[in-house]
Amino acid sequence: MSKPKKVITIGGGVAGTEVSSLLAELGYDVTLIEKNSQTGGKLNGWSHLFPTGRPAAQVAEFLQHKVQRNSFKTICQTDVSQVVFGNGSFLVKTSGDERLPADAVVISTGFDIFDATRKEEYGYSVYENVITSVDLENRLKAGAPITTAAGNKPCRIAFIHCVGSRDEKCGNHHCSKVCCVTGVKQATELAKQLPQAEIFCFYMDLRMFGLPYESMYREAQEKYNIQFIRGRLSEAAENADGTLQIKAEDTLSGRPLKMQVDLVVLLVGMVPGKNTAHMADLFELQREPNGFLQTEDPHLFKNRSSRKGVFLAGTCTGPMTVDETLDHARSAALDIHHYLQNK
Amino acid sequence: MKHQAKSIIWSDYQKTIPADGFYYLRSCIRQNFFPGSERAFLQIMQNDLGKDVFDDPKHTTCTGIAYHSDLLPFETLQTVVARQFALMSEAGYRNLAVSCVTSFGIYSEVLETWKEFPDEMEKARTYLRKATGRELAIPENVAHCSDIFYHFRNEIAARLQYPLINGETGQPLKIVEHIGCHYAKMFPGKGVGGAEFSCVLSGMIEAWGGEVVDYPERRHCCGFGFRQYLIMANRGYSVSNSKKKFESMEPYRPDAIICNCPGCTMFLDKWQYTIGELEGKTYGGEGRGIPVLTYEELAGLALGYDPWDLGLQMHQVDCEPLLQKMGIKYNPGLKYRGLKGEDLGKPVIPNCFNRAVHSF
Repeated sequence: MSKPKKVITIGGGVAGTEVSSLLAELGYDVTLIEKNSQTGGKLNGWSHLFPTGRPAAQVAEFLQHKVQRNSFKTICQTDVSQVVFGNGSFLVKTSGDERLPADAVVISTGFDIFDATRKEEYGYSVYENVITSVDLENRLKAGAPITTAAGNKPCRIAFIHCVGSRDEKCGNHHCSKVCCVTGVKQATELAKQLPQAEIFCFYMDLRMFGLPYESMYREAQEKYNIQFIRGRLSEAAENADGTLQIKAEDTLSGRPLKMQVDLVVLLVGMVPGKNTAHMADLFELQREPNGFLQTEDPHLFKNRSSRKGVFLAGTCTGPMTVDETLDHARSAALDIHHYLQNK
Repeated sequence: MKHQAKSIIWSDYQKTIPADGFYYLRSCIRQNFFPGSERAFLQIMQNDLGKDVFDDPKHTTCTGIAYHSDLLPFETLQTVVARQFALMSEAGYRNLAVSCVTSFGIYSEVLETWKEFPDEMEKARTYLRKATGRELAIPENVAHCSDIFYHFRNEIAARLQYPLINGETGQPLKIVEHIGCHYAKMFPGKGVGGAEFSCVLSGMIEAWGGEVVDYPERRHCCGFGFRQYLIMANRGYSVSNSKKKFESMEPYRPDAIICNCPGCTMFLDKWQYTIGELEGKTYGGEGRGIPVLTYEELAGLALGYDPWDLGLQMHQVDCEPLLQKMGIKYNPGLKYRGLKGEDLGKPVIPNCFNRAVHSF
C-alpha cells in the first residue's frame, strides 16, 4: 500500500481545523501550521453565535473533538517562512526550521479585525467608553457585567454599523456581511442584560441576508425596543463626565442628530489578514482588489486558488459566518480529495 | 481619556518642518483684525530664534476668500499661486511659511492638483509666463506658521518669561485650542497630528506650561465658513456655530482660546460680542468674554512682549484678565496710545459685557 499523500494546512481557525480533520479522516497525512499558541482562531473569543444564540464554545469543542479523534500533526506558534515549488508538489519551510513536503496545501489564514483606531473621528483607544464589537464579545464571553469605564451601568448605548466596511476613506469597499446581524445580536444581548438601557443602532443599510436574521431584527425592535437610526456617525467626542457626544445625520428624517450616550460599540468588520497577504506573496497567488484571495472561479471552484495544488478555505477568501466557513472548509476537503485521487 | 493613545495617532501625522530659510506669505485679513500677530511672528523668528524669514512686499493675497466664494475661476487662483511660488524662487528661497490657514489650504490644494493633474500645472506655468514673464518653481516645503512655532516650541519655552500658569493659583492656564478647518481637514497628512486630534496648538500650550481643554465640540467649525458670513442673511448660521462651541467649552471655564486661523480668531472673538448683545450671554464668567488670541500673540505674551505692541487692545474681548492671571507687567494707561504716545481714543464698552470688571 502506498504512503498517504501529504497535505499542509496553514491557519488553524474554524476552516483550518475542519478541513484538516476531514482530510485526516479520509486518510491523508495532514500537518496543520498555526501561528498562535492554540487552534480555534477568533471563535475562541466569541460568546454566543447568531442566529441560534448557541455558546460559541460548543462549536469550538465540536471542532476540537474532531481534531483529537482524527489525530494529525499540529504545529503551533509557527509561521511559514518559505515555499519551494516542485513538480506538482511543495516544500514548506517554517519559522521553526522544519521542511515539510506536501502534495497539496490549504490556505486558511482567516481574516483580521478592522483596526478601529483608523476611524480616528470615533476616538477608539482615546475615549475609554468607545469599544469595538470584538471587545464587547470578549466581555460577554467572560461573563462580566457590561459597564462603563467608571464601572457604572450604561443607560444609553449606541452601536455603530459598518466601521471600516464599505468605507472608501479606509480603502475598504467591501461589505463585511456579518456585522449587521452581529450588531442586532449584541444589541439584543445587552437589552436582556440591561433592560432599562436605551439602545440605538446607527446603520446605512441593514443586510439581513440569512433566513432567520430578519426575524432577529424584527424581534430586536418589537420585543427589546432597540431603535434603529439610518445614518452614519460623523464623530464622537468625550464630555467632561466621560460620557460621549455623538453626531450623525438621521437620513430618514433628513435632520442632523446629536446625542449623549454612555457607551459606543463600533461594529468592526472583516479585512484581509496580514498573514493572508503574506501567503499570497509566498505562494504567488492572485488577490481580489479588496485584498482577499482570489478563487479560480467564483461560481464553480470557490476552493481553488490561482495556483494548482493550493486550495483555499474560509475567510481568507472573503467575509463569512461561522456556518459558511464550515461549509467552505468541507467543500475544500472534498475538492482536495478529488484532486489528490486524480493526481 | 487616554492621552497616550493620542500620541500614537500623532505619530502617523508628522511632517517635515524646515529649520531655517523661510519665504513668508502673509494673510490678507490678519493685519486688520490682529495687527500685531504677523509682526510678532517675524520678531520671534528673526530676533528671538535667529532664523532667516524673508518678508517680501511683492507678494499678494492668495485669493482664497474669492475662490471659496465662487468669485474666482480655479485657473486664476492657480496662476496667482504660481506667481507666489515664482517670487519665492526669485528671492532664493525654497520653503514657504504661510501665515493664513485658508492660504495654507489653497497652496496645498493647488500643489495636490498639480500632482494629480500635471496638465493643470502646465497651464498655470503658461498663464504665469504670459501674464508676468515669471517662471514657475515648486516649493520644497509648505509649512503653516503654526507648524513652525510647533517645531520651535521647546526653543521658545526655553526663553519664556511668563509661562502659561495662573499666577494666583499656581495651576496651568486652561486653554482651548481651535484649529482652522483648512489646516488639516482637507489634507490630514499636511497637519501636525492629523485632522481629528491635531496637536499643532496643543503641543505649544503644553510646552509652555498650559493645560489643553478638550471639550466635545472641539473639532466643530468656528462658524467662519465663507458662504455663511459673506452673505448677510446667512450670518445667523455663522453665529450659531460659534455659539455651539462656546456652550460646549463653557463648563470647563477656559482662561483663553487660541487659534491658528485668521477667520477663526476673528469670529470666536467678535461673535462673543454679538451673542452678548443678542442674548445677554457671556462665557468667561463675571460678565466677561473668553479672550481669543492668535498663537503668535500667546507666544509673544509668554516671551515678555508688550501686550499693546502685540495689538491686544484691538481684540473685541478684553484680554486684560488673562494678562493679570499670567502676572504680566503692563501699563493699562498705554492701551489706547499710538506709537508716538498719541491718544487713539477709547472704544465704547459694549452693554453686553460687565462694565464693572473692565478697566477702561
